Amino acid sequence: MSAFLIEVNGQKYSVDVDEDTPLLWVLRDHLSLLGTKYGCGIAQCGACTIHLDGNATRSCILPISQVQDKKVTTIEGLSKNGDHPVQKAWKEMDVPQCGYCQAGQIMTASAFLKQNSKPSDEEIEDAMHGNICRCGTYSRIKKAVKIASNNS
Amino acid sequence: MDDNKTKTSRRDFLKSSVLTGGALCLGVSFFGSCKADVVPEVDFASMDFKDFNAYIKVAKDGFVTIFAPNPEIGQGVKTSIPMIIAEELEVAWDKVYVQQAGLNTESFTRQVAGGSDSIRQGWVAFREAGAKAKHLLMTAAANRWDVSMDQLSVKEGVVSNQNGESLNYGELVEDAALIEAPEKVELKNPKNFSIIGTDKFNVDLNGIVQGKPLFGIDYKEEGMQYAAILRAPGFGYKLVGLDDAEAKKVSGVIDVLKLENKIAVIASNTWAAFKGKDKLKVEWKPDGNLESSDFHSKTLRDLNDGKKLETLRKDGDIVQAFQEADQLIERSYEAPFLPHNCLEPMNFFADVTDAGARMVGPIQTPEWTQSRIAELLKIDKEKVTIEMTRMGGGFGRRLYGGFALEAAEISKITRTPVLLVYTREDDMTQGTYRPASRYKIAASVKNGEITGYHLKEAAINRNMYGAIAHFFPAGSIENLQVDVAKYESNITTGAWRAPYTNFLAYAEQSFFDELAEILGKDPVDLRIELLEKAIKNAEEDEDIIYSPKRMIECIKLVAEKANWGKSSNNVFQGLSAYFSHRTHVAEIAEVEILDDGPKVSKVYVAVDCGIVVNPLGAKNQIEGGVIDGVGHAMFGEFAFEDGVPSAKNFNQYQLIRMKDAPEVEVYFVKSTVDPTGLGEPSLPPAGGAIANALYKATGKRLYKQPFSNDLYKG
Ligand code: FES
Ligand code: FES
Repeated sequence: MSAFLIEVNGQKYSVDVDEDTPLLWVLRDHLSLLGTKYGCGIAQCGACTIHLDGNATRSCILPISQVQDKKVTTIEGLSKNGDHPVQKAWKEMDVPQCGYCQAGQIMTASAFLKQNSKPSDEEIEDAMHGNICRCGTYSRIKKAVKIASNNS
Repeated sequence: MDDNKTKTSRRDFLKSSVLTGGALCLGVSFFGSCKADVVPEVDFASMDFKDFNAYIKVAKDGFVTIFAPNPEIGQGVKTSIPMIIAEELEVAWDKVYVQQAGLNTESFTRQVAGGSDSIRQGWVAFREAGAKAKHLLMTAAANRWDVSMDQLSVKEGVVSNQNGESLNYGELVEDAALIEAPEKVELKNPKNFSIIGTDKFNVDLNGIVQGKPLFGIDYKEEGMQYAAILRAPGFGYKLVGLDDAEAKKVSGVIDVLKLENKIAVIASNTWAAFKGKDKLKVEWKPDGNLESSDFHSKTLRDLNDGKKLETLRKDGDIVQAFQEADQLIERSYEAPFLPHNCLEPMNFFADVTDAGARMVGPIQTPEWTQSRIAELLKIDKEKVTIEMTRMGGGFGRRLYGGFALEAAEISKITRTPVLLVYTREDDMTQGTYRPASRYKIAASVKNGEITGYHLKEAAINRNMYGAIAHFFPAGSIENLQVDVAKYESNITTGAWRAPYTNFLAYAEQSFFDELAEILGKDPVDLRIELLEKAIKNAEEDEDIIYSPKRMIECIKLVAEKANWGKSSNNVFQGLSAYFSHRTHVAEIAEVEILDDGPKVSKVYVAVDCGIVVNPLGAKNQIEGGVIDGVGHAMFGEFAFEDGVPSAKNFNQYQLIRMKDAPEVEVYFVKSTVDPTGLGEPSLPPAGGAIANALYKATGKRLYKQPFSNDLYKG
């Protein structure tokens, strides 16, 4: 175990964990930031998506040792009151069913829209491909990404 | 009365103690975010709510808390049930604060998420709860002003008299709580509904998009430990050797417990528990049958062809019809096991002490689970409390609370509060799978008419429940027989969204598509012709619970919306219609041929589920059910080799993703009939609709799921 200095949502933390501990579990168990979800642990479902220096990243396979000196943003840090354009679009479309995948979906979509503010349908599909929604809310997600792209 | 065929009123659904005025604050969650913060500017948490009945609390200023009694798995009942109560209570929806009720068998019955039945079975009870509370509040106002009830009017939680005076519910609740509830109350005429039938956002929407800790896996409290369990690699193995030295060296690992044929690792955090589990050195030995998928295929085929069958429905004489036929058509359809793959892996919190067991987590069957835990711990049921969290999917998996029992067992040993978490691999390999099954269907044709129909089901562990044998085409073909047979396996199986019909519907609806082709008829015309024949029989036959008339309506509606028969070049359509969970659904799928092969681009859906409580949520359910049906029919592949599952995680198991998900266009038949199920019924028809459209597009009939094997792999 060693102490790691990390910055999450603009706040600095020191956590004492094994160096191979994935960021996901540091967030959830050590920092009690529970919005980032565990779905597969092998970068296949996207439920654990966070922003690492602004890029959508799977936190379940990201060892804490690789996070130092980088800025982490989680769903809790995306906006104060759930009013990020992507979150607003998600609400407008009433996207969620069970809701479990949605934080990851929103994190993927918000990072993507920063890089491509006016995406085509196909670009949206490519960008969101790594995020599974077991409840099948895909068409609403696609529409919400479009709405957000028009509003951001 | 045909239109009311699928309606049942269960007035005794609610135990009579509902309006005893007793508190229901059991299980009011520690999650601050359980509140319905769709209107976040109102601080519900700080309001002083007065308990009024099991469903309702009223605050001084007229704000109302409504408890959602049923478990929420994503089907939307945490929103729609309170809507029903609020409707009869006559309150404004934006003054309603929704909270998940805990398990409370005194006040509620059927706190279950299953069978798409929450709304149908609770419809009258929920309305009466609201209406009775309204009646008491109005009686209190009448007493206060010393006037009769008929001189009062009520709107949005405010009671007014003819002198222009008014009192809000908050000012009346204390008086009202002392008045005895009436036996019977008048319910609103559906024509006057102002909340039911309007779009309402999911009450947890704000919490979900902000990543609030709403789910079982998010549960946390002081001093809690985490657990992971290592189980046998497959079905039919027993534990013969364990070396836990390496596991115990993992930092964070607290203990390793040997349980019955499994090993639990207890740790101070989830990752340490998972890592410790990976470090266990374990030896397993075969103990019982080690079954493989080839064996299942052969067994199911033999059952289909064998003589040991149970007959669930028999009309006329199929033997004679088959003998006299001009033509006999026989086809078989095969489906694999399927895991549920809820995106939130199974988990549960338990704190077992001398005082009892305090349980928190995602469970579709809290009451059953409570009894099972009481039995396991040998304590009274009353000593087991269950707080229900929002669930990251259910699909039937969370009907079986084995994971909650495991958590209780561990906490009983460790004497600490513990959160048991399954890894994805545990979740996928320790399932209660949709059983593999095979249908063999034969039909006889004489003088251009279908004269006989013989359906044979072969399934693992359990056969279809009786009612399904009387679904369409029962009543529409003179000589008809439904026979079933099963094989008992050691692979655990259970209900999976729309049990049995999730595959049966595809088999039958593909078969009818083929029959239409053989008879030279349009698939829509053939369905309608058969359904018309069933109208009279359905009226006379008590076993037949589907309504041919309502199904005809759905088929006509979807055909009109999809422009059936007039699609453009390179767009191929397929029809399927199926009744399940008391809801009638017709779907038309469209397939396009793209460079990389055929793609299901769109599915039109017509639904008759009676009154639609929350159209916004209802559409979401229908869309999700269709996409689930399409995804599993296309890609769902799950095999066994010597009892060991072929897939352990999403790199080996393909779930549908955005690119493959069709656009879904939903239409509801306008209705004033009592509402029926929505969480499941759009799934069964999807497989048949796409199979029939894919046939048109490719010329290939599909007899085995998943279709992608035949379509893309040669
Ligand atoms: S949990 Fe990280 S991608 Fe699935
Ligand atoms: S809403 Fe349930 S997994 Fe996406």
